Amino acid sequence: MSVARFWRKQPQRYNLEGTRCETCGRRFFPPRTFCPDCRRDGKVVEHRFNGTGQVVTHTVIRTASEQFDAQTPYVLAIVQLDEGPRLTAQVICAPEEVYIGMQVKKAFRRIGAESASGPLYYGTKFVPVE
Amino acid sequence: MRKVAVIGVGCTSFGEKWETSFRNLFVEAGALALEDAGLSGEQIDEMFVGNMSAGRFVEQEHVGALIADYAGLATNHIPSTRVEAACASGGLAFRQAVTAVASGMADIVVAAGVEKMTDVGTGVSVDALAGAADREWEGFAGATFPGLYAMIATDYMHRYGLTREQLAGVAVKNHRNGAKNPRAQFRSEITVDTVINSSLVADPLRLFDCSPITDGAAAVIVAPLERAREFTDTPIRVLGSGQATDTISLHDRRDICTLDATMVAGERAFHAAGVERTQIDMIEVHDCFTIAELCAIEDLGFCAKGQAGILTEEGVTALDGDLPVNPSGGLKACGHPVGATGIKQIYEIITQLRGEATGRQIDGEIGMTHNVGGTGATVVCHILGV
Repeated sequence: MSVARFWRKQPQRYNLEGTRCETCGRRFFPPRTFCPDCRRDGKVVEHRFNGTGQVVTHTVIRTASEQFDAQTPYVLAIVQLDEGPRLTAQVICAPEEVYIGMQVKKAFRRIGAESASGPLYYGTKFVPVE
Repeated sequence: MRKVAVIGVGCTSFGEKWETSFRNLFVEAGALALEDAGLSGEQIDEMFVGNMSAGRFVEQEHVGALIADYAGLATNHIPSTRVEAACASGGLAFRQAVTAVASGMADIVVAAGVEKMTDVGTGVSVDALAGAADREWEGFAGATFPGLYAMIATDYMHRYGLTREQLAGVAVKNHRNGAKNPRAQFRSEITVDTVINSSLVADPLRLFDCSPITDGAAAVIVAPLERAREFTDTPIRVLGSGQATDTISLHDRRDICTLDATMVAGERAFHAAGVERTQIDMIEVHDCFTIAELCAIEDLGFCAKGQAGILTEEGVTALDGDLPVNPSGGLKACGHPVGATGIKQIYEIITQLRGEATGRQIDGEIGMTHNVGGTGATVVCHILGV
């Protein structure tokens, strides 16, 4: 991913800054700039999510693309945020520990690197809530 | 709208075809289809080529023109258009061809699909295929394509009690069919043990739950039904076509293990065809992973949610069952050259309906295809009949 493409979404990737529609109240993460329910009547504004939620479904990635190859095996999940939307993210735990319904919260983590000497990418993963 | 028929079909063998280039794959399939229809190149009015990612796999864009050129049609200056919807590219190319003929814009139209996937290593192909999902918000987090379907499987097994053995049964059945298909990539039968002892790719999916990386091409030729008998004694009618979209990301779906786009595209095809589910004699569904075949059977409305594993276990979906699914061997055993798969599905149903599927012939008059892009963001279905 190019530097500009990553940099553009830093607030969203680092701090779960999504959006919400002030007309209907629906919250979006990943962020949307156009409310699918209200369409032109929607008024979409920024919304920072508190980052607590639970695991809806999960897997353990054993074969990854080149960028993630060194990290395998890692736990990947769809997380339902308590504030509404769902997103795809890694959960930091052992493969056998993850389960449907696991309570998690956001954590700022390194996601990957462009190459050995290239830029590092940070973003949001999730950790189990004790 | 005019009624449309398929008048010729061609398909390469599927596999790791080291000796064959991207363009030659297409030329082989196209020539077979033309020969089958008894057509010369000058009679072709238009062409649609399904291709997912020549840009990533062979660093080639502008596929429509390239293919027309090497098919010997560039000097005729026919319109040639690449169609892309990830793994549903082939099915969509067919739908575009049908639309062109039905509308009266063209008479003799080629719908083709081609993908050359083995000129890059596994890492690049895994990454290219992940482009069928949302790069920014699925791929960036480390999602792979098998990983997304694995999350469908985790949800499905949790909710419906599907067993690991039932899931493996899909691969066993499709390998049994593939063993009877001379064009299939894998022509060996396997057992449940083969599947459940193969290496984990993305839990709970193992290597033998996944369709392979494949080179291949397929082409079919459509024409107005009223002209079909000029070219063939066995025209097959296109009874219905349905296409639907859904959210690009799996996490935004209404239900993780239901493909709403399959339900809608299927319903549209049934409605257009005026055909009931009980009249369908065979289906080619998009089994990119074992779990995907079970979801397809259910979401097309052939059984209740959660029941397709039992149906498979009971042999209902086997070649000699009441509802044969994936007689070609499916994506699992026949192979999955992503842009070509949708056309290969049409090829298989046509071959079956003409009674030419030696060794795996099903007795029937109406067949259906189901082609999925991504994790269900695009679905296209067709119903074909004698």
